[in-house]
Amino acid sequence: MLQEPFAVGNSILHRIDPRMRIAAATVYSVIVALSRHFPTLATAVGASLALIMLAKLRPRDVVIRLIIVNSFTLLLWLVLPLTFQGSVAISIGPLSVYHSGLIMSAQITLKSNAILMALMALIATMTLSTLGSALNRLHLPDKIVHLLLMTYRYIFVIEQEFQRLMRAAQIRGFRPGTNLHTYKTYAYIVGMLFVRSALRADRVYKAMLCRGFKRKFYCLHQFRTGKEEWLFGTAMGVAVMVLIYLEWLKAGV
Amino acid sequence: MNSAPPIIHLKDIHFSYPGGKAVLNHLDFKFYRGDRTGLIAPNGSGKTTLFHLIMGLVKPSSGKIELFGKPVSTARDFEDVRRRIGLLFQDPDDQLFSPTVMEDVAFGPLNLGKSKSEAQTIAHRTLAYLGLEGFEDRITYKLSGGEKRLVSLATVLAMEPEVLLLDEPLNGLDVDTRAKIEEIIFNLDLSYIIISHDIDFLLSTTAQIYTIKNGKILFDDKLQIHAHRHAHPHGQYPHEHE
Repeated sequence: MLQEPFAVGNSILHRIDPRMRIAAATVYSVIVALSRHFPTLATAVGASLALIMLAKLRPRDVVIRLIIVNSFTLLLWLVLPLTFQGSVAISIGPLSVYHSGLIMSAQITLKSNAILMALMALIATMTLSTLGSALNRLHLPDKIVHLLLMTYRYIFVIEQEFQRLMRAAQIRGFRPGTNLHTYKTYAYIVGMLFVRSALRADRVYKAMLCRGFKRKFYCLHQFRTGKEEWLFGTAMGVAVMVLIYLEWLKAGV
Repeated sequence: MNSAPPIIHLKDIHFSYPGGKAVLNHLDFKFYRGDRTGLIAPNGSGKTTLFHLIMGLVKPSSGKIELFGKPVSTARDFEDVRRRIGLLFQDPDDQLFSPTVMEDVAFGPLNLGKSKSEAQTIAHRTLAYLGLEGFEDRITYKLSGGEKRLVSLATVLAMEPEVLLLDEPLNGLDVDTRAKIEEIIFNLDLSYIIISHDIDFLLSTTAQIYTIKNGKILFDDKLQIHAHRHAHPHGQYPHEHE
């Protein structure tokens, strides 16, 4: 079952208008993703850590998520330094570790951690339905927003149906292996899942028609932008300016 | 019966699913204001189809439907009807698609052109009526089965319909929730048709019980009050039947 452990909380960041948080997170992530110099990236990691502290997230949950992402960056550390052509940093027997590959891996690691932590502190601290409503208010197209919300609503139902089908297979002695029977069974289960989801979508649509649905959704969320929001916005703006300045300083050299 | 025209009148309805055999065959059915009707029939006999026909969700192969004294056939006709007839689906997960309870209950009133604050007032009132105060911000998929059923009833009642069509409202509920829903339905000041397999429930909430046989609706007088034996939960304890 999917959970939203970060969405419950009562820190300063949880109280900031979700629209402001989304805007800040977007600008911040883009700037960090485009930065290339280490002073900038190190500052960004520091700033993201500060956001995590402000959001008062449980360190354990944060670390678990970071480990998942960094298992991917570990893969990059294994591949990039060996394949990126350029000046050789170290030679170990027949293997050459390239300088530019090491730098690239380090950049990606710092960037992804900084962005991930910022998103945890700013975006994961709202429920998905709040996120949807906020995106709606930020004038993202209705269709995208409702696709997001509907997917989120029915992913649980579809997961339950998948579990039901899997159980039905398991209680009759199905044990997955590397054989044609297994592939065929999985194909049947996935196929059945599609059929059931399509039927479900049809019934949901009918239920919506019964309640007078006219292809228009309404958003009940009330958002307000007050002093705290502008304070937060200004702070994030300053942080982004500092990052840009550091980047520009290095680029000039 | 009364002299006013029926509010639901199905004339010589024929319906079959593509490639299948006829589900409903020369079906005639009249439903008057104030009627409380039960429908008990085997699986696959076309009960749910009947409800979907009345709501205009499926089209009959032939025959005429008159609702509130007017013939209905186009999608536009049915749009007006849907605000006056509320359908409770068998599976609450089909009915509750919004992230929160409040948004789901307010969805109908908003579609009827109510303002946001009006819709929220109606939603609060409906939830309170069903004993669901404080449910407004609950996440729909995290509700229990009984809560889901009550909330989906709230989404239908929030439309302030004149007629309710209830498709197996007790399906999959525990004893306590069944009793609660039964009481709520009994106290509704509305005309309604209930589909159920539970004869005790129909006897206590409806005035007449019909069945569907060979694609036709029959008044089932055999199903009226009769002595019967049956098994049900905790049947060994002394209890009363109405």
